Amino acid sequence: MAKIKKYFSKTWQLWLMLLPAMIYIFIFCYIPMYGVQLAFKEYSYAKGFLGGDWVGLKYFKQYFESNMFWPTLKNTFVIAVTGIIVGFPAPIILALVINQIRNKRWRKFVQTIVYIPYFISVVVLVSMINILFANGSGVIANFLKALHLVDSSVNIIGSASTFLPLYVLTGVWQSMGWNSIIFIAALSSVDTQLYDACKVDGANRWQTMIHIDLPALVPTIMILFILNMGGILNVGFDKIFLMQNSTNLGISQVISTYVYDVGVKSSQFSFGTAVGLFNTVINFICLIVTNWVSKRTTGSGLM
Amino acid sequence: MQKSDTYNFSKWPDRIFAAAVIIISVLVVIIIAYPIYFVVIASISNSNLVNQGAVTFWPKDIRFYGYEQILHDSRIWTGYANTILYVVAGTLLNMAVTMPAAYALSRKDFKARNIVMFYFVFTMFFSGGLVPTYMTVSSLHLVSTKTILIIFVAVNTYNLIIARTFIANSIPNDLYEAAILDGCSHFKYFFSVVMPLSKAVISVLTLYYAVFHWNDYFNALIFNSKDENAPLQIVLRQILLLNQAFASGNGGVQGGYGQSSADQVKYAVLIVSTLPILCVYPFVQKHFEKGVMIGAVKG
Repeated sequence: MAKIKKYFSKTWQLWLMLLPAMIYIFIFCYIPMYGVQLAFKEYSYAKGFLGGDWVGLKYFKQYFESNMFWPTLKNTFVIAVTGIIVGFPAPIILALVINQIRNKRWRKFVQTIVYIPYFISVVVLVSMINILFANGSGVIANFLKALHLVDSSVNIIGSASTFLPLYVLTGVWQSMGWNSIIFIAALSSVDTQLYDACKVDGANRWQTMIHIDLPALVPTIMILFILNMGGILNVGFDKIFLMQNSTNLGISQVISTYVYDVGVKSSQFSFGTAVGLFNTVINFICLIVTNWVSKRTTGSGLM
Repeated sequence: MQKSDTYNFSKWPDRIFAAAVIIISVLVVIIIAYPIYFVVIASISNSNLVNQGAVTFWPKDIRFYGYEQILHDSRIWTGYANTILYVVAGTLLNMAVTMPAAYALSRKDFKARNIVMFYFVFTMFFSGGLVPTYMTVSSLHLVSTKTILIIFVAVNTYNLIIARTFIANSIPNDLYEAAILDGCSHFKYFFSVVMPLSKAVISVLTLYYAVFHWNDYFNALIFNSKDENAPLQIVLRQILLLNQAFASGNGGVQGGYGQSSADQVKYAVLIVSTLPILCVYPFVQKHFEKGVMIGAVKG
């Protein structure tokens, strides 16, 4: 008892400084986590948030057996995996290129420009997509059609086949610059002696980049890759939700938008919770597996 | 990063490489900047010409009709006022909660810090999900209030880690020991030493939080259904994506905007809604790399 008293007399100020953050996390993160039991209960308005009767795996079964299970799971995976395959290397390549720019002013200018899209909100981004790719008047749509990169009969906004490339590439457009910052920072801490040694060996700039710069990025790449995999099913709700229309729903209905539709819009609270929990568990498994593989192969990981 | 100067440019592989670097960087700048530039010139051009595809590089038949219309649209002003409230109050709350917690977690002599850190980090990877979160907010009677849109993301774990790492690594421990000898408490040390020395991380986190609040659309969609609380992003969605530029709505011109000017209003709305947050950007840009770098030390 005296020990505890002594401990708190030394640390109570630190605990007090932590308290607001801990209370906030408790209310808005841990209480909802406790609330996932709703997925195993029958929600009723009369009995309140967690007052319903236990129904076991009823709502999971309902989801697995529904005709929305495979489409939502498949769409989520396809969008997420394509996003990672295309979106993950882009900032790395950009950082390597920016790092090679010798003219300081131009370099600064390039960095300033590529960071700007990060500040554009999803609503504004999707509106810009709708304007620039509009059928007939969209400047970029017309440009792509003039170059025959897209067939002139295709309505880019209003067809299922163009949803995925449009979603992924505009995502790269928005986040590539911002995500490159971390790699640029890692490159700036490379030991300059390595470059000198390379020069002595007669390496050209391409070889220097491949043999010095790229390996220097590996730990950063691995950590970000694990974090990305951990969020694989958390494909951005906002953007998909805003880009959804009746023509692309077959490919754009993902788990998170489905949770919103059933859980919030049509108030099937237990069912929505079950689908959401399924999503979280898959994410968690992806994170653990990627972390394990990364530790085995490269030695760097999160935990 | 002085490593360049003496490369031998007479070697042809290096010349090709240098040319490729320039070409790629020019292409990237064009691809990123052009869509934004286009919206700017379209917002001040005759929208009939824009729709015909006649406006590509320079504004044509310059007019400011879209901006004039926005000035009279009360939805946008309400949205603006709400967003400014959420950004200012929300960001202040974020910083007031994040910085003291980050300081406590940065103290190496604070034994419980690893357990407390786990308490925070766990929420990054596991969550109750949308519906239980909504139910929690609902049982606190906070749905459709301004309060929830201010307090909802009061502390972001990732930002907390950035602040903690910064304080732990860049403020010398000697200062703490000297302060303790003078009988300084944690509170006093935090306010008189840690905060003044943490300007870099404070500016980065303020930017992160402010951009989050400014662009936040999801929380308002889920937790709010009242027009009077709607932030700018929700109003933007109504005007831009749900095509309510024509509806007379709660404000606007009687009978909505005219056919051809509706598009011009859209372009102007895009500019007006993005400009304020972009104006903050140059002031904090120099801190970016530092901020991101600190966060990377412990991912």
